Amino acid sequence: MEILLFGIINSVTLSLTALGFTLVYGISRLPNFAHGALYVTGGYIVWLCVNSLGMNYFAGIAVGIAATAIIGALVYRLVIRRIRGMQISEIIATYAIGLAIIEGLRWGGLRGSTFTLPSFFAGTMKIGGIAVDHQRLFVLGFGVVVFAALGLFVKCTKTGLALKAIAQDERAAMMLGIDSDRKALVSFALGSGLSAFAAVLILPLGSIVVETGYNVLIYSIAVSIIGGLGSWGGAIVASFIIGFAQLLTEVFLSTQYQMVISLLAIIATLLLKPSGIFGKQKELDDRV
Amino acid sequence: MSGPRDRKERIDRGIKVRSDGLYAVSSIREMLYLSGPRILLIAGLLLLPLLLDPFPYWRRVINILCVYALLAIAFDFLANCVGLVCLGGSMFIGLGGYFAAVFNVHLHLPVYLSIPAAALAGAAVSTLLILPCLSLRGVYFAIVTLMYPLLFTRVIEAFDLLGGSNGITGLDSIPGPDIENYSILLVLLAVLFGLRRVLNEDIGLVMHAVKDNDQSVRASGIDVVRIKALAVFMASFIGSLGGAYLAHVYMWAGLSLFALDFSIIPIAAVTIGGGGVLFGAVAGCLILVPLSEFLRFFGTFRIVLYCTVLTAFIVFKSEGLMPYCTRKYQQFERWADA
Amino acid sequence: MSILTVEGLEKTFGGLKALTGVTFSVKKGEILGVIGPNGSGKTTLINCITGFVRPDGGKVLFKGGDITRWGAHRIARVGIARTFQVMRPFYSLPAYKNLIIPLWSPRARREGGWRGGGRHGDRDTVAIDILEEIGFERDSRVPYKLASTLPTGYLKRLELARCLALRPEVIFCDEVFSGLSASEVASMLPLIEKLKMGGITLVLIEHRLRELFKVADRVMALQFGEKIAEGHYRNVIEDARVKEAYLGIEEI
Repeated sequence: MEILLFGIINSVTLSLTALGFTLVYGISRLPNFAHGALYVTGGYIVWLCVNSLGMNYFAGIAVGIAATAIIGALVYRLVIRRIRGMQISEIIATYAIGLAIIEGLRWGGLRGSTFTLPSFFAGTMKIGGIAVDHQRLFVLGFGVVVFAALGLFVKCTKTGLALKAIAQDERAAMMLGIDSDRKALVSFALGSGLSAFAAVLILPLGSIVVETGYNVLIYSIAVSIIGGLGSWGGAIVASFIIGFAQLLTEVFLSTQYQMVISLLAIIATLLLKPSGIFGKQKELDDRV
Repeated sequence: MSGPRDRKERIDRGIKVRSDGLYAVSSIREMLYLSGPRILLIAGLLLLPLLLDPFPYWRRVINILCVYALLAIAFDFLANCVGLVCLGGSMFIGLGGYFAAVFNVHLHLPVYLSIPAAALAGAAVSTLLILPCLSLRGVYFAIVTLMYPLLFTRVIEAFDLLGGSNGITGLDSIPGPDIENYSILLVLLAVLFGLRRVLNEDIGLVMHAVKDNDQSVRASGIDVVRIKALAVFMASFIGSLGGAYLAHVYMWAGLSLFALDFSIIPIAAVTIGGGGVLFGAVAGCLILVPLSEFLRFFGTFRIVLYCTVLTAFIVFKSEGLMPYCTRKYQQFERWADA
Repeated sequence: MSILTVEGLEKTFGGLKALTGVTFSVKKGEILGVIGPNGSGKTTLINCITGFVRPDGGKVLFKGGDITRWGAHRIARVGIARTFQVMRPFYSLPAYKNLIIPLWSPRARREGGWRGGGRHGDRDTVAIDILEEIGFERDSRVPYKLASTLPTGYLKRLELARCLALRPEVIFCDEVFSGLSASEVASMLPLIEKLKMGGITLVLIEHRLRELFKVADRVMALQFGEKIAEGHYRNVIEDARVKEAYLGIEEI
């Protein structure tokens, strides 16, 4: 029972961290390797607002998310727009930018584990006899709400439908008058903002460390590959698989094996079903 | 009659035209024109240790420069000749280094055996690990090569394998700074010119075809996966060779062999120096590695710098230094009537 | 004598049934035409048979052996070649060098009777010979021109040359007449005949019915992934279902 509860919490947390990456790839087929960097940046900006500028926590959060979204939009406008279509260049460029940000933060002072964000809710609760802290439950609840909201957004609003149309067939969408470039900008900014949002929710559980940037990137990629690049349902399922696997290894083996599990899962997926669980894309792109 | 001069035309220099055909061998001047740059490169590299003799620190930099150059050549080869973008060159260095350590310290192989053996072992393991993603689209190759170095680091740390965070110490050193310098320099030159020769053969053409048009290659009865695997084996052999050499130079194999620098600098070097001809990779390293030494003072800022420059080059679609220089050498420009 | 037999071939893409239960066989040395409106599954059929797409069901037998799940290069190696509807030459190479890639393959080396890797001179001569066979003028500059500078008619022939380099037993031609003018097609027909006389079995997927019927021995019609008619072309075009499928196309 305890395993089930924490497993679910872990999985939802994981899918939240992967959210920004999945969104951007799902909509614009853009592999955003700067995702991890944006995640950490979001958290750091909030910390700066709260600790150095003395802002109110919620104001700080708002600024953090907005700032990260703007950074994402800038990255898109200045860099990615000029190299769209050349996937290899996109990967290298976003990776380089992500690295620059992460190492820049490290050089700029983000070292050690003294950077923490306060939790929203202190204290713990008992569910079925197990102690769970409020923050984690909050993450769980909020996560579910966010996914539901996103799902509705995509299905019901005009922008959402437009984004979905672009994801399915970019050219047809363009012919219908949907500005795919503008929407890609929006999705990129949205994805960045969501990364920051996830960071704000989850970082209070630990501290802001630069390595998180790399870890988040690895987890996001793992979730995307196992679930199928571009499939949101797959990402969620994959998060649950990895989430539970991680928890089980933590309980029965040791914490150090967690990353290893994710990476082994990636290799296993590549060997068995490379397009992922719900992957709609064929193995070698058949352009015949 | 001069209308608006708004078109630049490029014309091959006279000497290039004369040296293009059979008649090249009939004149000393033309032969020098053709072989000049190459001789300059070879002589320059070979003289470097002598020139830097009074500065032992910089003589050691030559070693690391050659290792980076090997990695850059491997990256250039994979990315521009076969179409596989390797984001984790440090994987080869790490594998080569650790294998050398195991062969030398635990299996007591002498230096001149442990290095080639480690290169082979590193290449074999790399190829096996990368094999599953070779039949998939290019994105997967990039992702997988990105992850492996990170995986290795964490596995070694987590399981405290192979010396854990401390690494394996006690490797034999390479006898003497002269041999240190010249062995790797000669290897670099051999790899550079050897690989260029291979690329001019049929197999090179087939690899290029795989990059441009793999469907037609498959329809021609060639197993694309096997070709890619061969390319990966060659590149990882070169990389692991560098790693094994480095482990012996440091007399230590540790987690730092999987450092980010080994993955990023080759990419930056090729982007700046120009891809596809392999010389650009070396040129890029000749610029970046000394720069990196100067920047060591600034800590991880140097990575920020590389990444920014790299991104700038990608975004502005710069062709790189080597193609630019080659063009200047072979052609001259003038404004012409449109 | 049937060289290629297809039984109950099925392929579904997402929700779309591209092929349902297609069954036919090809006799050795004949020219089989495959016709059908757009979207009838013709290209999917080639892709499934030649290994570029894995069929969901059914069997493909070549000279009695089951090649259903084989990969593309393996099928090419066993003697079944194909052209691409959207042409894919190696644009940055001269025409004759385009053939180096297929000539390098194990089959070409085995069947062609020359040893690869050794002497470029030999191999280049073989390439020019093949180009001559398909109509490139030998002593002109044409074989040496970059593929990107060649007009469509030549590129179509280059595709065929690529197939020929493999010394195949069967060639699947995917709309090889498309994009050509009437006179260009007229000059391709003798080439097709010549290939047939050389013992090669041809399967021609075509939209240009008039020209196809001049060379095809038998014709098969597809619609919505199903075979709807088969036989001599006169019988096929009289078939009610074929007429209905082609409604709107002028009478031949």
